Amino acid sequence: MEQTRIEIDNLPPRHVGAPAIAVTGRGFTFSVLRILDADPERIVADLEHHLAQHPNFFHRAPVVLDLQAVAEAPPSLTSLIAALRERGLIPVAVQHCPPELLDEALACGLAETGGGGGARRERSVRPPSEPQAAAPRRLRVVRQPIRSGQQVYAADADLVVVGTVNPGAEVLADGSIHIYGALHGKALAGVKGDAGCAIFCNSFGAELIAIAGTYLSADEMAAVPRDKVVQVTLRDGALVIE
Amino acid sequence: MAEIIVVTSGKGGVGKTTTSANFAMGLAQRGHRTVVIDFDVGLRNLDLVLGCERRVVYDFVNVIHGEATLKQALIRDKRNDHLHVLPASQTRDKEALTVEGVGQVLEALASDFDYIICDSPAGIEHGAVTALYYADRALVVTNPEVSSVRDSDRILGILAAKSRRAIEGGEPVREHLVLTRYSPQRVQRGEMLSVGDVGEILGIPLLGVIPESPAVLQASNEGVPVVLDEGSDAGHAYRDLVGRFLGEERAHRFIEVERKGLLGRLLGR
Repeated sequence: MEQTRIEIDNLPPRHVGAPAIAVTGRGFTFSVLRILDADPERIVADLEHHLAQHPNFFHRAPVVLDLQAVAEAPPSLTSLIAALRERGLIPVAVQHCPPELLDEALACGLAETGGGGGARRERSVRPPSEPQAAAPRRLRVVRQPIRSGQQVYAADADLVVVGTVNPGAEVLADGSIHIYGALHGKALAGVKGDAGCAIFCNSFGAELIAIAGTYLSADEMAAVPRDKVVQVTLRDGALVIE
Repeated sequence: MAEIIVVTSGKGGVGKTTTSANFAMGLAQRGHRTVVIDFDVGLRNLDLVLGCERRVVYDFVNVIHGEATLKQALIRDKRNDHLHVLPASQTRDKEALTVEGVGQVLEALASDFDYIICDSPAGIEHGAVTALYYADRALVVTNPEVSSVRDSDRILGILAAKSRRAIEGGEPVREHLVLTRYSPQRVQRGEMLSVGDVGEILGIPLLGVIPESPAVLQASNEGVPVVLDEGSDAGHAYRDLVGRFLGEERAHRFIEVERKGLLGRLLGR
């Protein structure tokens, strides 16, 4: 998970030497325990069942209680939290907590996180979205020749063509393009601007190639030997064919 | 049920109608009940190539519009009882063909015939798409030159996208390459693409190579399909093609330059 680090370094210097604390922001993954029924006996019964199946997973596991499903008729928080602690879980926060239960949760030592109910909505925080670059790219595989007039676009993905890209055909990808065959049409990689993408093909004879908007036409590639195995990358703003 | 075969190419003038006529006649010669339909509305040619132009009364568009029955419009070939022709209309345009109307006609023909050959117009527009829509198999007619190969590539893409089999997600249309006007001498001199070059680009199985031959033009002008000509190489090539289509193993001929014998060389032939 991506971590953002906030150092407090604009405080007046109180003492010389190494700082005693540093505050950093960081995202963690917690198990969320969604309470679906207000009946404490049923909660405990289900809990025992899960614990029996995965004893190690829940041992000393920090959990967030989600009360959204029982907002209308919430259970007693104090006894619920006690029951969880008795069984080795460590409740750390509540989310979707009805306002009338918030004080009780705080008194039990729990923080409030995400989507508080009703009146407290203004404090709700949107779940942190993963930065785009960190998301693993998917793969799109095409197993037939791409013919004149056809266009294949791999959105948010790398593109693999097992076959040829014929003259007059066009392949595009947000990621890289791999062609296990001849490239005789156009190939455009990194169409959303990712300059780290590349184009690979087994036999080169492209009409046009482009990475992240930087392109070369067939005329400009006249000196490139045809029918060779080739990789195309973007270096210092220029396409490199080798 | 009849099998529906479209003869198509994208490019014009490559030999679609000649191939349709010879392929249909060849199937009829083998005893299969065959009907060949001219989809080239407005540029009617098939009847000329088959030599039945003087017998056209009603046409394909009349049938679709309910102005004539199929029985009235179908022309039976005088040389072979198994062959019927459904001519195109010369006075209409291709918009007169509707996918539904064509579907009804094909359905009506399906019970009486083994093979329905659809002779497609050139291009990739309405007329060509209507001709290939119901196809089970396709003969893609290509000349050994760059522009024809590219247009065939385009029409193969359309077969894979706009045919009924593609749209309904069934088994894809079975595609066959027919290379026409092939001249091994010109291939050897580098003036034409070779069978291998074309096959590599299009990537579909080769059904037949029809050699460039003056007999083809003469046959078309006379309205006698060259497949009926026992002596010509093009006639042999079309009979081979029909045999392969019916599942027979036949070696490809007319691909290599013929070696001249000593006598031929002495005579400078």
